[in-house]
Amino acid sequence: MTNGKFFLGRQELLGLAILAALIFIVLPASIDIFRLNLIGKYLTYAFVAIGLVLCWGMGGILSLGQGVFFGIGGYCMAMFLKLESSTPEATKIQSTPGIPDFMDWNQITELPWFWVPFNSLAFTLIAIFVLPAFFAFIIGAAMFKRRVGGVYFAIITQAIAAILTILIIGQQGYTGGVNGITDLRTLLGWDIRTDSAKYVLYFLNGALLIGVLIACQFVLKSKLGRLLVAVRDKEDRVRFSGYDVANFKIFVFCFAAVLSAIGGAMFTLQVGFMSPSFVGIVPSIEMVIYCAVGGRLSIFGAVYGTLLVNWAKTTFSETFPELWLFGLGALFIAVVLVFPNGLSGLYRTNVAPAVDRWLGRSSTSAKPPLEDPQAAE
Amino acid sequence: MFADYTWTELGSIFAMQGFAGLILFSVFVLMALGLAIIFGQMGVINMAHGEFMILGAYVTYLCSNFFQAFLPGLFSIYFFIAMALAFVAAGALGAFVEWALIRHLYKRPLDTLLATWGLSLIMQQAYRSIFGAREVGVTLPDWLLGSIALTDIIEIPINGLFVMALTLVIAVGVYFLMFKSRMGMQTRAVVQNRVMAGAVGINTEWVDRKTYALGCGIAGIAGSAFTMIGSTGPTAGQLYIVDTFLIVVFGGAASLLGTIASSFAISQAQSTMEFFLSGSMAKVLTLLTVVGILMLRPEGLFSHKIRR
Repeated sequence: MTNGKFFLGRQELLGLAILAALIFIVLPASIDIFRLNLIGKYLTYAFVAIGLVLCWGMGGILSLGQGVFFGIGGYCMAMFLKLESSTPEATKIQSTPGIPDFMDWNQITELPWFWVPFNSLAFTLIAIFVLPAFFAFIIGAAMFKRRVGGVYFAIITQAIAAILTILIIGQQGYTGGVNGITDLRTLLGWDIRTDSAKYVLYFLNGALLIGVLIACQFVLKSKLGRLLVAVRDKEDRVRFSGYDVANFKIFVFCFAAVLSAIGGAMFTLQVGFMSPSFVGIVPSIEMVIYCAVGGRLSIFGAVYGTLLVNWAKTTFSETFPELWLFGLGALFIAVVLVFPNGLSGLYRTNVAPAVDRWLGRSSTSAKPPLEDPQAAE
Repeated sequence: MFADYTWTELGSIFAMQGFAGLILFSVFVLMALGLAIIFGQMGVINMAHGEFMILGAYVTYLCSNFFQAFLPGLFSIYFFIAMALAFVAAGALGAFVEWALIRHLYKRPLDTLLATWGLSLIMQQAYRSIFGAREVGVTLPDWLLGSIALTDIIEIPINGLFVMALTLVIAVGVYFLMFKSRMGMQTRAVVQNRVMAGAVGINTEWVDRKTYALGCGIAGIAGSAFTMIGSTGPTAGQLYIVDTFLIVVFGGAASLLGTIASSFAISQAQSTMEFFLSGSMAKVLTLLTVVGILMLRPEGLFSHKIRR
């Protein structure tokens, strides 16, 4: 890889094309809007999983608190939408019209100060990017500058996820409590609950995802990305070469946090509510498994892993709710013990060499020889 | 917030909350000791620790039912037998898990975290399938019920006293096991230098297995004690796991004394604040303080002086 070369190799371009075809053509054409909305919801988790690939797979930093950033993004968007739907006319039966309904139920008579700026869409959109980056920067700077990493970092981020959940549930009047912020209707007067709106949001979400993938590929192929991998493998050697290791880690942690927040905001838009059940320890660690199943070293794998695990979750919990937790538990264990590189690892050893050869030889034939184990030699 | 109370009332409040904090402290210590042994001595994150505790609690529950039905004469002492069984059950399961799972992952601590989380999900669902989703409680023998009145305001429940005494015994026992016995010496030797310990004839794999089983067994006893002050449900273990991990990290991972000190600080802070604030805010403030301190002093309260 020289500097002159384009950051997207042929493999990556093919991966992007296949994923884009799947998201924009195959899925919308083959399933109804209810299922498509579900897929859209899963794809919002994929933002978190991609962030984890950068953070955990490439950087070696396992964060068990990505739900925090997903939640920050989701709650920012939810607060804006909630304020929009709580106009004085729509809430005139409340004792204090013009504030969200759950505040009225909790005897709060005026809008809290931190809700006020969320009347503005511009502020909300900026907050979705700035707030998670800010929090991630504080956490990252405090930890990485003191050379804390690995297991300690995982435990502390997990504790932060727990704290935020307890806080949201406890401060019912300000946050909607355990139910979250519900009953979101419109975005700038545009009804987000109609089928057409769901289609639009799905495609917007897909486009954002593709954009994020390209951005991540750019980061990974840059000098920064290679240094990140170097830090993961031999931190001391990078440090002794004169780099400030902490800054790379802080950057990638903030980057992953912002990605999660984008996912959270898209989640709120597509699902129509946000609640603490997407913030805490359990969802945060589940998001790690999406990334692990897809393969912790591949951003494309993370997307497929997310889709696969969530599809399995929906299918199993619809038919055998008892079995799902057994299955998920076994998945955690299997992915660690049996195939630590996940789906992308299987792809890389079995399929990628064949695809490479095909890409190198001719680029006109219609279908890649996807399964050819002999070619792997 | 203190203005509404007189001095004697405040004194009693602090005494009562202090005592409630001591009971919380006991549960924390019992849970954290097992975790500190596994995490501090072996560097393994056991996310299923809470589920091992709940295993002990369910064993106690089964024992309580068994003695009530078949051996009512011995009911007053069933608790001791239940505790021993809880230790054996959790320890045996721990040894099995170490053999099947953990020993493959010693070089990848972050992966143990994921694998044991998977294990905890499986155990939770198993409890739910076997015992049902509802919380169960045990019947306490008569001599554990009631309370001692110290003054007219301050009352001390007997089961709380018992749990505290039990904690003391276990803590002292663990101390002797780790620092005065041959097994403890071997464990510490393996922690300090695995290769060298192997070279002088210590079976390091066997030591790992025993250490892991010991940590899980203590969790089982913690669960047994837990049934005396609260009811047990399939997900009760998960509620405590974050607090316990913070305690272990806050205390300094390799120090058992630090674990006890940090359990004390955290439980007292939480239960004293609980009286004046809502329960959730007390917990948020406590945990935030701990996380804040850990960000400033990542090695915890008591730590070895090594430069990383």
